[in-house]
Amino acid sequence: MSHTSTLHDAPHHHANPTGWRRWLFSTNHKDIGTLYLLFALAMLFMGGASAMLIRAELFQPGIQLLDPDLYNNLVTNHALLMIFGAVMPAAAGLANWMIPLMIGAPDMALPRMNNLSFWILPAAGTMLILSFVVPFFPGGGSQINTGWTLYPPLSVQVGMSMDFLIFAIHLLGISSVLASINIIVTLLNMRAPGMTLMKMPIFCWTWLVTAFLLILVVPVLAGGVTMLLFDRHFGTSFFDAAGGGDPVLFQHLFWFFGHPEVYVLLLPSIGVLSHVIPTFARKPLFGYKSMVGAMIAVGTIGMVVWAHHQYTIGMSLGAVSYFMIGTIIISIPVGLMIFNFIATMWRGAMTFETPMLFAVAIILMFTFGGLSGVMLAVVPADMQYHDSMFVVAHFHYVLMPGAVFGLFAGVFYWLPKWTGHMYDERLGKLFFWINVTGFNLTFFPQHFLGLAGMPRRIIDYNVMFTEFNVISSIGAMIFGFSHLLLLYIVIKTIRGGEPATSRVWEGARGLEWEVASPPPFHTWETPPLIRQEQSA
Amino acid sequence: MNPAAQARNKRRTVWLLSLLVLGMFGFGFALMPLYDLLCQVTGIQSVSLRSAGEAVAEPLSIREDSRLITIKFDTSVHPNLPWDFQPLERHLQVHPGKLYQVNFAARNRSSASVTGQAIPSVAPWQATAFLNKLECFCFNRQTLAGGASVEMPLRFMISPDLPPEIRSLTLSYSLMKPETPAPELAPELAPESAPESARHEKG
Ligand code: HEM
Ligand SMILES: [Cu+2]
Repeated sequence: MSHTSTLHDAPHHHANPTGWRRWLFSTNHKDIGTLYLLFALAMLFMGGASAMLIRAELFQPGIQLLDPDLYNNLVTNHALLMIFGAVMPAAAGLANWMIPLMIGAPDMALPRMNNLSFWILPAAGTMLILSFVVPFFPGGGSQINTGWTLYPPLSVQVGMSMDFLIFAIHLLGISSVLASINIIVTLLNMRAPGMTLMKMPIFCWTWLVTAFLLILVVPVLAGGVTMLLFDRHFGTSFFDAAGGGDPVLFQHLFWFFGHPEVYVLLLPSIGVLSHVIPTFARKPLFGYKSMVGAMIAVGTIGMVVWAHHQYTIGMSLGAVSYFMIGTIIISIPVGLMIFNFIATMWRGAMTFETPMLFAVAIILMFTFGGLSGVMLAVVPADMQYHDSMFVVAHFHYVLMPGAVFGLFAGVFYWLPKWTGHMYDERLGKLFFWINVTGFNLTFFPQHFLGLAGMPRRIIDYNVMFTEFNVISSIGAMIFGFSHLLLLYIVIKTIRGGEPATSRVWEGARGLEWEVASPPPFHTWETPPLIRQEQSA
Repeated sequence: MNPAAQARNKRRTVWLLSLLVLGMFGFGFALMPLYDLLCQVTGIQSVSLRSAGEAVAEPLSIREDSRLITIKFDTSVHPNLPWDFQPLERHLQVHPGKLYQVNFAARNRSSASVTGQAIPSVAPWQATAFLNKLECFCFNRQTLAGGASVEMPLRFMISPDLPPEIRSLTLSYSLMKPETPAPELAPELAPESAPESARHEKG
């Protein structure tokens, strides 16, 4: 970085550029973590806006605001923005901020690659948004009306916006593969002396498993969308039956990625809970080893059950039975994690600050989503529920608590550490209650809608579904707008507030609480000594 | 750990992980032959392969049954559509599990180009699920230029699972002018985007 050397003449230290250069050229894990989190927040609002348009349209039967193609374009865009734009970058932001602090490393293992994996994201995000916008320009072709699953043959027929989307997915994939490599290399090689793998904080474990999952499945998705691109432009017929291909192959490639992806979204938040719950129950985590084992089991079995998304494609009885049993078996290690959390709280001296409120709510609501998941795993039942609003209710009940609320809990938990200021606890609790009420109002009625036969991804519905849709849409407005409060709390905390101590929370344990709040730009340049109680 | 050893370890991990990434990218492509292989070795067959195999590749496999079912074709045209529309065969005797084709002739009596949509229905309704159309003009709207006529194919197979008490069935088509225009981009965009939307229509 020659252009910044004028600012600084110490030969050993990195130059610390200021202004926009500080961010664009950053190799500092804390700055990159902040960038990831801000990017995720921006995407959360964009994805939220598309979701609220969807719910506004569904407020009444009939077609009022949108047209069918635009509706489905929004559905596609909402899912991709939330999954690839909001949840994954936010989890990566937490990883960047916390992993080096937690394992006593001065930075990530590959700081310049870290810069690259972040700065690919804004480009990818732009592509993603363009894929939504392009059809509105003359000659822009048709809208992406496939849903985030991008099944051919429809995805082969969509106009050029699909090419933007394929490119965006490639970029997002490269970004998360690079970030995963970085995280694994850091975790395997940069732990402070004395911190064995089995003493590593659970958040680091969850990210180790997550990063491996990403490395195993993202390239397969990249292969799938590459084939799609070739089918669209280069005359191949990977997915075209008329040319000897098979559209079902794409579904296998997609869900080979797609199912492990749900654990990619889930696990980092499980990691956050594994710190939040012991802190506010003032007890060490119950069952550290079983937690690690459960996580690895979820990751491994999760790789081989993908076709539970495809029960209706006409697989043989043997194949569907296998996928059904495999899927139901996964609920055992997932359940084990939940029981560990409950056992951690058992007889603890609990207090309910905002992160803990989220944690308790997550346990309740995520378990509920897991139960509807087991219902969907049962083949004959799924034949009925598949592609109905019941599936929408299921995955929002697992994803919102299991991923998004977990990230909220993490943000409230670590915000004082990052900014050096306590957030406004009263506002935090208010946000929690509005947010969780809005969420349940929005998605609980969708179970009934789905069971009564309302299909997903359709702009219009039968008048008999009106009441529940009205409730759901009102809930969605409450839920959506509640995030403005989150934004306000975060900005307010960044700008000031009661100073935070370095330990922040009375019950907090771990290396990250031994550096000041906010941490200095460089931390753990000499590795700390690991004492016994710092494990887990 | 001294810095040199740590740097060496890091490099090794990076290489291993990069290989894994490349390997998984290749694995995605390898899945194509692998799926076929898996199905051959284990004898797993998807339902569609099974029926396609019987109907096309091995017409006399065990799943085809010897029953003879009578299927009748019936057409009616809504007065709002200036078309003639008839099946070239009024009825057929078919074996369940075997693929058949029947052509329907349509002619536009007017001089303007007209779009029609055929709506199928099956009697008795219990047979509906067992009549599999592999190709049908009713999957899409059909547009005929003024005075033009076409023959449109229907390829179908009756499932071997057809309940034994059903020995004959009727497939009727009502042809009508669609009330809503086909979903399309706004008219002012139409000229530039015509190729795209035309492709889109075919789906
Ligand atoms: C006990 C655990 C779970 C079971 C048994 C389960 C089962 C299922 C099944 C069978 C489906 C397919 C439904 C259909 O399309 O007909 C499904 C869909 C889905 N699940 Fe789960 N699930 C579980 C946990 C999770 C978790 C933890 C997440 C994410 C954090 C998740 C996210 C999703 C998503 C996103 C979909 C819908 C994908 C789509 O079609 O767009 N599930 N689940
Ligand atoms: Cu799944």
